[in-house]
Amino acid sequence: MQNLLSFFDAIFVTAKAWILSLLGYFLPDWILVLASITISGVVILCLGPVIMMYLTLLERKLLGRIQNRYGPNRVGKWGLLQPIADGIKMFTKEDIVPANADKLVHLLAPIAIVVPALMIFIVVPFGRRMTAVDLNIGLLFFIAVSSITILPIFMGSWASRNKYSLLGGMRTAAQMISYEIPMTLAVVPAIMMSESLSTNAIVLSQGGPAGLHWFIFTPWGIIGFIVFFLCATAECNRPPFDLPEAESELVAGFHTEYSGMKFALFYMAEYMNAFTLCAIGATLFLGGWQGPFLPSWVWFTGKTFFLICVMIWFRGTFPRFRVDHLMGFAWKFLLPLTLINILLTALWQFTSNIAAWIVSIFILGVSLWTLVKLNRTFVPEKRQYLLAD
Amino acid sequence: MIFGWGVFKGMMVTLKNFLTSYYRKPNEGGIFTVQYPEEREKEIENFRNFPFLVYDGTPEKVRCVACGICERECPPKCIHIEMALDAAGKPTRKPAVFDIDYGLCMNCGMCEDVCPFDSIFMDHAFEVTTAERLVGLVRHKEELSKSNEYFRTVRPTLASVIDQKRKAAEEKKKAAAVPPPQAQEPK
Repeated sequence: MQNLLSFFDAIFVTAKAWILSLLGYFLPDWILVLASITISGVVILCLGPVIMMYLTLLERKLLGRIQNRYGPNRVGKWGLLQPIADGIKMFTKEDIVPANADKLVHLLAPIAIVVPALMIFIVVPFGRRMTAVDLNIGLLFFIAVSSITILPIFMGSWASRNKYSLLGGMRTAAQMISYEIPMTLAVVPAIMMSESLSTNAIVLSQGGPAGLHWFIFTPWGIIGFIVFFLCATAECNRPPFDLPEAESELVAGFHTEYSGMKFALFYMAEYMNAFTLCAIGATLFLGGWQGPFLPSWVWFTGKTFFLICVMIWFRGTFPRFRVDHLMGFAWKFLLPLTLINILLTALWQFTSNIAAWIVSIFILGVSLWTLVKLNRTFVPEKRQYLLAD
Repeated sequence: MIFGWGVFKGMMVTLKNFLTSYYRKPNEGGIFTVQYPEEREKEIENFRNFPFLVYDGTPEKVRCVACGICERECPPKCIHIEMALDAAGKPTRKPAVFDIDYGLCMNCGMCEDVCPFDSIFMDHAFEVTTAERLVGLVRHKEELSKSNEYFRTVRPTLASVIDQKRKAAEEKKKAAAVPPPQAQEPK
């Protein structure tokens, strides 16, 4: 039983080692190093688009069910070939560039946006010993690279020379920069407790006896997770934070002037970002690949897809934020909450017993209450018109 | 209330909708999609689509007498009728050509209303797509003629009313055909 589990646990690692040893018979060592990098790279480069394709299907299916529809079910069994049909459609569509657009930047933007989305994949720990590159500054890398996403979006919106695009781009810049701050601060408690920036080390520190010592089971963990997840939803421009591409206001926001494969690249980047952000969220707070009974990569995929389903669930439930509410939520609510959360984590590090629980819940309750009271919308008193009646 | 309670409640509504879509019947809040080519909704009797011509017995015996009232009344002018002539060149009160351009027809049912010979009625057939507009959608007399039995299956209530009316008229005509003795002029 234990052998079987460890076999399945390491199945991908073993497969890679086997391929490398096979290549080792007729290739010199230095090529083997390159081959090892290539295998990981190819796997990630294939994984990203495939995940994106099936996320679109999953999203459409779930949204359909939420709205009492079937969703796509015509192409293949359960619509499983729908993403491929969509891909063919995207490839064969006409590529339109506006006459007054900045052609070079307009072309570069969709290419540039896929790069950071794919780069984040290399620090995601997919399973035990399954991180492509175990950077010791993995989390810093993730935060740095994911914030590049703003730039291509702004490039695309600026180069389109379209007022809707530009408005979308401006909103993106404002929103993403605002939400980056609480997201980074929400990550800090996980770094403090695991005393490492490496994603792999963070997962390892959440092991415990049954692999269930996840950070989300602590008061600071749950607050950090909620803040991180909300910021992640805002970071990848998904509803209810989809102001940059608000259909009802801005046609399609920053990708109004994109068509065909360029549009598909924006779309792809968005879904890959959603996946990687969910994966990092699962890594930081839900214990990554830690968990009892099942192989590590099954735990990881399950947690990540659960988070993605929650994102889709958000999309099926909430209407879009108003711009001022959006900014206010980031700066006036999430930011102070994360700062308090960091303080709480520091306290937790000294005492983690039942008393710490009570103190934490008390501090959190008081601070939440205060923040809600401070963020209360100003509602003017209803006027009484004495002579009106 | 607790902060965020409304958010939670909203999410529970969508979750419930998601879960119930798997087992509830359409009329109880489940999925009410009718997957058209495979599944069809029951046709409603009063549903009226493009017009067709009724014949009694054989396709040669169309009720239409080519009077051209429907042709004149048709708002988009989609009907074209030519009366058949016999060998001597006299009109025969039968249509030689009866075309309806389904591409032009707007399904108003005016032709059905004005026809004094109960010969043109609105059909239930709605799957009339063709590859070529000018060829497939212009329906000629042969395609338009449908039997009275078909009419009875498609719109039973109206068909039975029409049948009774026609029967009564025929009996009246028969009675009129046998002339009373005093009316006979001695010559």
